[in-house]
Amino acid sequence: MNVAVCVKQIPDPAGELSLDPSTNTLVREGKLILDDSDSYGVEMALQLAESAGGGDVTLISMAPNGETSGLRTALAMGAAGAVLVSDDALAGSDALGTARVLAAVVQRIQPDLVLAATESTDGYTGTTPVQLAELLGWPSVTFAKHVEVTPDSVAVRRQTEAGYDEVTSPLPAVVTVTAGVVEPRYPSFKGIMAARSKPVEELTVSDLGIDVSRVGWAGARQEVVSVQAAEERQSGEIVTDEGDAHEKIVGYLERIKVL
Amino acid sequence: MGKIWVLAEQSHGEPATVSLELLTAARGFDADVQAVTWGAGASDAAAKLGEYGAVKVFDAGDLGESLPGPRVSAAIASLIESEGAPDALLVGQTYDGRDVAGRLSVRIDRPLLTNVVGLARQDGSFVSEHAIFGGTQVLNAKFTGDGPGIFVIRAKSFAAEPAGGSVPEVVSIEAPDTGRSDGARVKARHEEERSGPQLDEAEVVVSGGRGLGAAEDYAMIEELAKLLKGAAGASRAIVDAGWVPYSHQVGQTGKTVKPTVYIACGISGATQHMVGMKSAKNIIAINKDESAPIFSIADLGVVGDVHKVLPKLIEAIKAKQ
Repeated sequence: MNVAVCVKQIPDPAGELSLDPSTNTLVREGKLILDDSDSYGVEMALQLAESAGGGDVTLISMAPNGETSGLRTALAMGAAGAVLVSDDALAGSDALGTARVLAAVVQRIQPDLVLAATESTDGYTGTTPVQLAELLGWPSVTFAKHVEVTPDSVAVRRQTEAGYDEVTSPLPAVVTVTAGVVEPRYPSFKGIMAARSKPVEELTVSDLGIDVSRVGWAGARQEVVSVQAAEERQSGEIVTDEGDAHEKIVGYLERIKVL
Repeated sequence: MGKIWVLAEQSHGEPATVSLELLTAARGFDADVQAVTWGAGASDAAAKLGEYGAVKVFDAGDLGESLPGPRVSAAIASLIESEGAPDALLVGQTYDGRDVAGRLSVRIDRPLLTNVVGLARQDGSFVSEHAIFGGTQVLNAKFTGDGPGIFVIRAKSFAAEPAGGSVPEVVSIEAPDTGRSDGARVKARHEEERSGPQLDEAEVVVSGGRGLGAAEDYAMIEELAKLLKGAAGASRAIVDAGWVPYSHQVGQTGKTVKPTVYIACGISGATQHMVGMKSAKNIIAINKDESAPIFSIADLGVVGDVHKVLPKLIEAIKAKQ
């Protein structure tokens, strides 16, 4: 079973994030890291390929400046290789434009299953995987909390408001994996060393035969009108617990009539 | 006069709260408000959809074992062809809402805006509002190309208020077979028993974070939530750690909550969490670290160990009841 995992390389969310004042988009200069949300998909893919008796896990990513540092992290976990699409023409792409690029790569490598996170940590649009599925004409099962595969189908427990649904789908399919459902492995030293020499195929928009007007700024067909500071919320009373802080909380809850 | 369509989700004939919120918001524009719904019991939901402002309800019917994404998006695409495009389509940012909106955007080749928390009309264009960087900044955006604009809107962005509308006209529409893309089949539905209210509708939310130290200690959060007739939430950190399911997550990549009181226990207050709860009327925070960012927005902050404060708090509330 060959599994492709869509992974996003993002600015470190723990760092200072800012908008480029000229474009009002997130500044993505500097080192990018593997989005934590994607480590679950990578782990799931490795487990599924193993349970299916073998097959390759291939990463698919779109990032500026030929960025591979996040890919190396996922390669060190055990993925066999990666396809990176990097092209100045992709700056400003929205979720649909991104899905077009990912779809072109999926058509090129033809995996049995595509995994992705439910949303990225930086942009969190949350629709790219299902747009990818629609572009491919594939079924999709989003918000998976448990995934099993057979040679020609995938069985998913899908998160719902009320609980979960048991969903089966023929392959190929797109499945999005919720965070926390598997424990991503830490790359071993051997894995990190091996990752350095694993193949990363770098492609451009023209390599994939994509019309540049359908991606990037032009393809996004949306713009930021304005950005302003939100109203700030003031802090109230701060107390240090001396063994009686619970009484303070009870008093507060009584005052607001929750108790 | 134009029209606005609202994707109205329903379960057992009861519309989702977010759908009623969107109908309420749609009424604020000079347009006919129409709803698109589906599923068993959809026709029972029509009266309530009318009460909240829908003058017409398009019902795509029972989808059987199909997931809504492929067939409902195809139904909306053909509805656009037969009825003409609405000025805007409002979709709740739910599990199914995202699937329908994403597939529709490809089908009709239109971009979409998600994580919308407000909507206005300026010079004829819809302008959406988005909370970014943990809600410290507000970004406004709009579409530049042809409509319809697809806006995927977070729950709790608008208050749901009935308008006293009458029972709307219900029009059956076809949810076409989309072939291979509709290959997924729902084999069984498991509804977990919930003793309290739904997380994003609760008046009291008690949430736990890393400061709990261990997955077992989340039981304290659930107990306190139950005592206060509220819901139990979680920070992303403990969802990622696998302690609690994703459905409990509050924040940017989880749910937005606006309860009367939010009690954050052992949550430091990463920006991605705060954007989901900073609109609570009252915020109480318990954290060991006095420099935790959560204290900057707390009405009552307790610098202390949740393992000491929570058991006493639980006992004190039990004693009162």
